[in-house]
Amino acid sequence: MIAEIGLAFLWLAGVLAGLQLIMGAIGLRTNRGDMLGGVRPIAVVQGILVGLSFWCLITVFMQSDMSVKLVALNSHSAKPMLFKFAGTWGNHEGSMLLWVAVLGVSGGLIAAFERALKYRTHIATLTAQAAIALGFYGFLIFSSNPFERLNPVPIDGQGLNPLLQDPGLAFHPPTLYFGYVGMSVAFSFAVGALIERDVGPAFARAMRPWVLGAWIFLTIGITAGSYWAYYELGWGGWWFWDPVENASLMPWLATTALLHSVAVLATRDGLRAWTVMLAVVAFSMSMVGTFLVRSGVLTSVHSFATDPTRGGFLLALLVVYIGGALALFALRINTVREGNQFDLMSREGALVVNNLLLSVILSVVLVGTLYPLATEAMGQKISIGAPYFNSAAGYPALLLVVVMIMGPVMRWRRDEFKAVMKRIALPLLATALMLLALVLARPDVGILPFLGLLLAVGVGVGSFAPLWKRNLRRTPLFTYGMVIAHFGIAVSLAGMASESGFIKEKLVAANIGETNTVGPYTVKFLKVEPIAGPNWTAIEATLEARRGDGEPIILRPQARMFSNPVTPTNEAAIGTMLDGQLYLNIGEPTPDGRWQLRMWWKPYVTLIWLGGMLVAFGGFLSLIGRALRERGAKARKSPEDAVQGQAIPSTPVFAIEAAV
Amino acid sequence: MKRFWLWVPLGVFVLFFAVVANGLVNPSDRVIKSTMIGKPAPTFSLPPAIDGMPGVGVVNLRDGKPKLVNIFASWCGPCAYEAPILERLAKQGIEIHGIAIRDRPQDLNRFLSRYGNPYTRIGADNDTKAQISFGSAGVPETFVVDGKGIIRHQIAGGIDPGNVDELLTALRAAK
Repeated sequence: MIAEIGLAFLWLAGVLAGLQLIMGAIGLRTNRGDMLGGVRPIAVVQGILVGLSFWCLITVFMQSDMSVKLVALNSHSAKPMLFKFAGTWGNHEGSMLLWVAVLGVSGGLIAAFERALKYRTHIATLTAQAAIALGFYGFLIFSSNPFERLNPVPIDGQGLNPLLQDPGLAFHPPTLYFGYVGMSVAFSFAVGALIERDVGPAFARAMRPWVLGAWIFLTIGITAGSYWAYYELGWGGWWFWDPVENASLMPWLATTALLHSVAVLATRDGLRAWTVMLAVVAFSMSMVGTFLVRSGVLTSVHSFATDPTRGGFLLALLVVYIGGALALFALRINTVREGNQFDLMSREGALVVNNLLLSVILSVVLVGTLYPLATEAMGQKISIGAPYFNSAAGYPALLLVVVMIMGPVMRWRRDEFKAVMKRIALPLLATALMLLALVLARPDVGILPFLGLLLAVGVGVGSFAPLWKRNLRRTPLFTYGMVIAHFGIAVSLAGMASESGFIKEKLVAANIGETNTVGPYTVKFLKVEPIAGPNWTAIEATLEARRGDGEPIILRPQARMFSNPVTPTNEAAIGTMLDGQLYLNIGEPTPDGRWQLRMWWKPYVTLIWLGGMLVAFGGFLSLIGRALRERGAKARKSPEDAVQGQAIPSTPVFAIEAAV
Repeated sequence: MKRFWLWVPLGVFVLFFAVVANGLVNPSDRVIKSTMIGKPAPTFSLPPAIDGMPGVGVVNLRDGKPKLVNIFASWCGPCAYEAPILERLAKQGIEIHGIAIRDRPQDLNRFLSRYGNPYTRIGADNDTKAQISFGSAGVPETFVVDGKGIIRHQIAGGIDPGNVDELLTALRAAK
């Protein structure tokens, strides 16, 4: 019964989305008040209905109602509650329902609470939102109905892929989805603004929290996904430039660019066309990502259930939304008034460089991901691996980091090169000292890790430059957010550079009792035992690692074999120390009774994910700070105040100039 | 001119569409064909890998008869898996030359006595130079070479029963 109610809610929500689209379109065209007036209430009701529909799906999963096909295929009555709950979206249909549910609820929230936008722009935004939602309702109802029944009812379900039964992973996909959907909202804002030719600070401020929120979720999603791949796949790497990883990185890059350009539009009313373009690109990238992952056109280590008709449907949606938005952009953007101008040597200028570099990196990743598919169409098969991505994306990324030191201390509109240099004197000094230290130490590292270490120090110090000589109590929260996020980039960069520069690896065929050294550790191979878990058997090695005369630590890597479906997995044993991780893997036995051991010492590798979390935390502080500022502005009832209020704290130069 | 640039993003998107639509319509078979097919086998000459059997060189591939060149090793699991199939092919009168990669005579002898010896010649490729010049990325790999020493077909990875017809067809075509 609940499944039928859920399906009914889904249909009703889909019909309402259609109505919302039609009324909005007619209303905007004819300016009829009765049509325009209906859009907001409909959006709210649509959001509630689709939310209820998703709640129904959660309920059938929690009740383990095996007569529902999706539950039978993806759940099991003996599964822990957490995984029953997470199993709701651990499959194609459920995750798509989560997608539209978040979309619908976001639409309802915009309809109910958005106040900054002009009335018609607001309605145009909701109309665009309805158009996106409608496509996904169609996709769900006609090709991926989550509430389909099974007859006869199976006795129990088939369970969930063991690799996915991990609390971290249970929340990884929804995190990315929240990010993607947030971008769809930003996209709707951009389309609404284009339709109404109303691209200005009010639009930027209305869109910013969604962009920021989406970006936080994407950052968390990517960081968590990277760590999951690192410890669960047992290959010892933290980024593989795999198509599925790239599919999540591309929207992040575009959103990062958008986040910075929207700041220019909100504060200085500049970069109008560019910001709209980026909003379209960022959403396109999340759609492209979803499409690449779900359609199976690219081979990847992540194998998702794929289906060509679904791929076709998603591609059709892509054509309608992205093709439509890009055409609208080309037709309309000339009629949008030009924004404010600025010098290259200014905060805006630095943000433009940031945007260009991010776009370059984005293109590198996009081309690298799709190029094999393109050459295949011409009859040649190639694969593109890490060397291309590292060198083609690495240098622009390092250049970006240099701009990151300068940008935040530059003044809006116009600045002097000399003055900027004075403000970043301390970071420059730190970089110079690091360079000296590196040259003296002459570490045996490649050029990218070398530059990475150098710049990590520069940015690490430089990220605090915006706080220099300021009243720390009066500094707004969002400035702290920026400082922490930029510092997080430095931390992450230091981790990446240190890991790739100083990693020690050893692959040995070891006898039991043998001792090997890797990095600062001596690792003694104590024993190998077979062990069994609930649905797997494994060979478990016990190793004792010791640094100098220090306390030994015991590590137990396993080579597991899951029984249903038969899947071999490598459970690495990871010893986390303050200055790095010891990562051990056990492989095949050799014919003469030795065991393949793979050992890595990864200095400061944890900084990579710590930095990612700092970036997300910085974004979160920024979001709170902006919300407080907007409320303050509303309380004063003067939007002009808000604009100026934002301009002042982000120009921390008066105090410095006075002091100099 | 400015108007033109505004349409560039849409153009890029159309290009993207063309590429992925093609990928959807013609799903790839995910098998990478060797670029060596249709080309003469590389020049190589390998010493015998075990006592009592001759080594193998490119001259042995130009005797007018089509044959299989099997790149294998005693330390390789899939090689043991495909051994019975090679054995059956050899019994049907197909000549198979082996190239043993980074192997030791005693290990090879043990492998051959355990899984059978379908080879007429086995060359020892201790520095994997011959393997690389064949364009082979791993063990096992099997090439069909025609009587003039031209590579006609390749199977990367272990041969399974499903590949037998494919191999026989290629051998017949190579006559």
